[in-house]
Amino acid sequence: MPDAAAGKTLLEVSDLQAWYGDSHILHGVNMSVGKGELVTILGRNGAGKSTTLRSIIGLLSKKTGSMRIQGVESINSSPTVIARLGVAYCPEERGIYASLSVGENLTLPPKLRDGGLSTDEIFTMFPNIKDRLSSRGSNLSGGEQQMLAIARILRTGADILLLDEPTEGLAPVIVQQIEQAITALKQRGFTIVLVEQNHRFAQKVADRHYVMESGKIVDELTNDTIAQEWDRVTRYLSV
Amino acid sequence: MEHFSMMALWGQLVVGLINGSFYALLSLGLAIIFGLLKVANFAHGALFMLGAFSALLMHRYLGVNYWFALVLAPLVVAAFGVVFERLALRRLYHLHHLYGMLLTFGLALVVQGVVLDRFGASGASYPPPDLLRGGLDLGFMFVPVYRLWVIVAAIVVCACTWIVIEKTKLGAYLRAATENPELLKTFSVNVPLLLTATYAAGVGLAALAGVMAAPIYQVSPMMGADIIIVVFAVVVVGGMGSISGAIFTGFGLGLLEGVAKVVYPEAANSVIFAMMALVLLFRPAGLFGKET
Amino acid sequence: MNETKTNVQSNIPVLDRWNLEIIGIVLVVLFFLVAPFFIYPVFLMKAMSYAILGMSVNLLLGYVGLLSFGHAAFFGLSAYMFGHFAKEMDFGVALSMLIAVSGGTLLGVLFAMIAVRRIEFYFAMITLALAQLVYFFCVQAEFTGGDDGLQGIPRGEILGFSLLENSHLYGFVLLMFLFCLLFVFRIINSPFGEMLKAIRENPERVTSLGCSPRTYKFIAFVLSAFLASIGGALKALVFQIAALPDVHWLMSGDGVLMALVGGIGTLIGPIVGALFIVWAQDGLAEIGMSVVVMQGLLFMATVLLFRKGIVGELGRLKKYFR
Repeated sequence: MPDAAAGKTLLEVSDLQAWYGDSHILHGVNMSVGKGELVTILGRNGAGKSTTLRSIIGLLSKKTGSMRIQGVESINSSPTVIARLGVAYCPEERGIYASLSVGENLTLPPKLRDGGLSTDEIFTMFPNIKDRLSSRGSNLSGGEQQMLAIARILRTGADILLLDEPTEGLAPVIVQQIEQAITALKQRGFTIVLVEQNHRFAQKVADRHYVMESGKIVDELTNDTIAQEWDRVTRYLSV
Repeated sequence: MEHFSMMALWGQLVVGLINGSFYALLSLGLAIIFGLLKVANFAHGALFMLGAFSALLMHRYLGVNYWFALVLAPLVVAAFGVVFERLALRRLYHLHHLYGMLLTFGLALVVQGVVLDRFGASGASYPPPDLLRGGLDLGFMFVPVYRLWVIVAAIVVCACTWIVIEKTKLGAYLRAATENPELLKTFSVNVPLLLTATYAAGVGLAALAGVMAAPIYQVSPMMGADIIIVVFAVVVVGGMGSISGAIFTGFGLGLLEGVAKVVYPEAANSVIFAMMALVLLFRPAGLFGKET
Repeated sequence: MNETKTNVQSNIPVLDRWNLEIIGIVLVVLFFLVAPFFIYPVFLMKAMSYAILGMSVNLLLGYVGLLSFGHAAFFGLSAYMFGHFAKEMDFGVALSMLIAVSGGTLLGVLFAMIAVRRIEFYFAMITLALAQLVYFFCVQAEFTGGDDGLQGIPRGEILGFSLLENSHLYGFVLLMFLFCLLFVFRIINSPFGEMLKAIRENPERVTSLGCSPRTYKFIAFVLSAFLASIGGALKALVFQIAALPDVHWLMSGDGVLMALVGGIGTLIGPIVGALFIVWAQDGLAEIGMSVVVMQGLLFMATVLLFRKGIVGELGRLKKYFR
């Protein structure tokens, strides 16, 4: 294996098809994400964005095609194995455990590799969490839950983060805070795949954008050109 | 006359606490298993009986004393639970919950049937350990030491279980797996192992209760079947959602049963069932349960 | 393309199932008409009364998704009542049976009022606990004859036919059995039955349509108790005895096992299951093996290996007959 160099592909998905029970959701997704890149997946509701993330982390087991993570073929791997390759997933519904305290939620995911953030670094990034360590997870506001959901996967040493709509339903002030956090994470060298409906937010933080429609990637734009091609993007996203 | 009935009340309250101890230990195990595996473990009573029988057989053939049996019998039954969970129960997790109940009902029949076949229906008595023989005069009543020990030990075991679940890292995994096992897998936590361990721990608790019960009740093949039906009623009253709920309901209904034995002895063994019916009529979700 | 396929598929099985059920009924009738010439009739009558218990459990489990572990209460109470009124009060077969079945059905009403408030395993536990209450009652009550039970229940006559005559008895049991079979067939193929299945699949949907699932479950439970009561009274008539095992939870387990082994949610599954289990019980008793162990193993094997039961698994073969 060649040593990790800048620009090396960490995640390579080709012809990924996936099913929820009998319904065929993904019809051949192709995408690749380089080390340190921040890539978004844009698209309408039901385009298959969340399903793509759930497939990558291994929560969907019925799938075909190829999924190489850090060079390792993982199409048939379980989430347990995929997590050990350095992938961490923050679900759309945030998944904060209501019966656990904030502290317990934060330290729940075990450290799997070196290079994770320390608790102090996490508190610097999300100061709100520190004050609420002993509260129940169910007592947090939506914004606090989102920050906790991101914070708890930073300790594990994962270097590929899959974030599903981290700004959904949040107040602008909180969105700003999350934007700062994500930018900081990118600067630290994390590779991030971000599913977003809020394309203004996406435009602020991302390097590249994939556009999804009906279970396929239909377009790819770099952040430099997205401003000029705004019409094209809005056409994809408008109902 | 008045004096005698007070004596009777105290005596029955102790008996009630003893029964309550076993109800609490058993419904605790049921609640833990149910919470994580979503299986209503019908075999719980049979494994309680198996715990008592293991202690009896170890005593009879290997000369193992009570204190070692208290550790060994739960381990034996837990090991049995591991095998059962790995080979059979886990094949049903993806199906409707009722299949798990049917499977464990089958296991209960097999375990009871085999013991019945081998050792007959009458059973045997198990001597209490020397250390806990004799009685204690509390002034207002006389209590056998062994009974006090059972009550104290049951409270300690329940408290420790509660602490493990509510206050430790392992407990945090358990609670998380109860809420959302899928997400826990993405943190690379070995959820299947957690399920096996939980089943083993739950049935181990049942076996521990069985060993504790051995010197009090006659050790017989049907001792588990009789108690598990009562424990199911306890579980319906308490709801299976809460660990502390299971413990309190167990002790509470045991006490209630004790009081009933003094007030209206004919209905004593029905009082818990009647309580269950009442709770269902007025608070269908159970005292500590969430609506399902 | 895809859509037409699913449409066709969803239309055919309804008719198909109906046809198969009619074929099943015909086969069952033929079997029980011919079998007494080859098989010991008491065995067949035992199987029929047990099959009615199995059908009653299956009506709830297979069509409403409710697992009852308490049907021995109706079966046993009805057996006791039949015995009591036929033996001690000399009421004759018809009237005793009417009273016994009414008693069992009324008990079903009481159970249903409490049990249908919960579902799944809670429902199972509640029915089990309530049935245990009935068991305690039967242990303590005078009229049940305690451990000895009610023995020597007279067979008497019905509509001028003496039931002391074995062929008359067999004919009567068969008629009652067929009544139960057609009764279940009628229920599951009625709008009421469709509603039950809808409740099993999607209770929220049914509620949102303005129907109360609990009312439907209540009615289904009472109908099921009615059937189990018929089974119990017939059993007491055939064996001339009603005793504690009839009301014990193991009997409830037998009912579940017959439905499960035969095929949950199939019309004739419980009948096949009852024949199989009565045959196995008698066979094992002869070689001295534990019946309880066998039943436990059968429970486990069925749940793990062939969940659809005998009839359900046979149903898979039907595609080869097209």
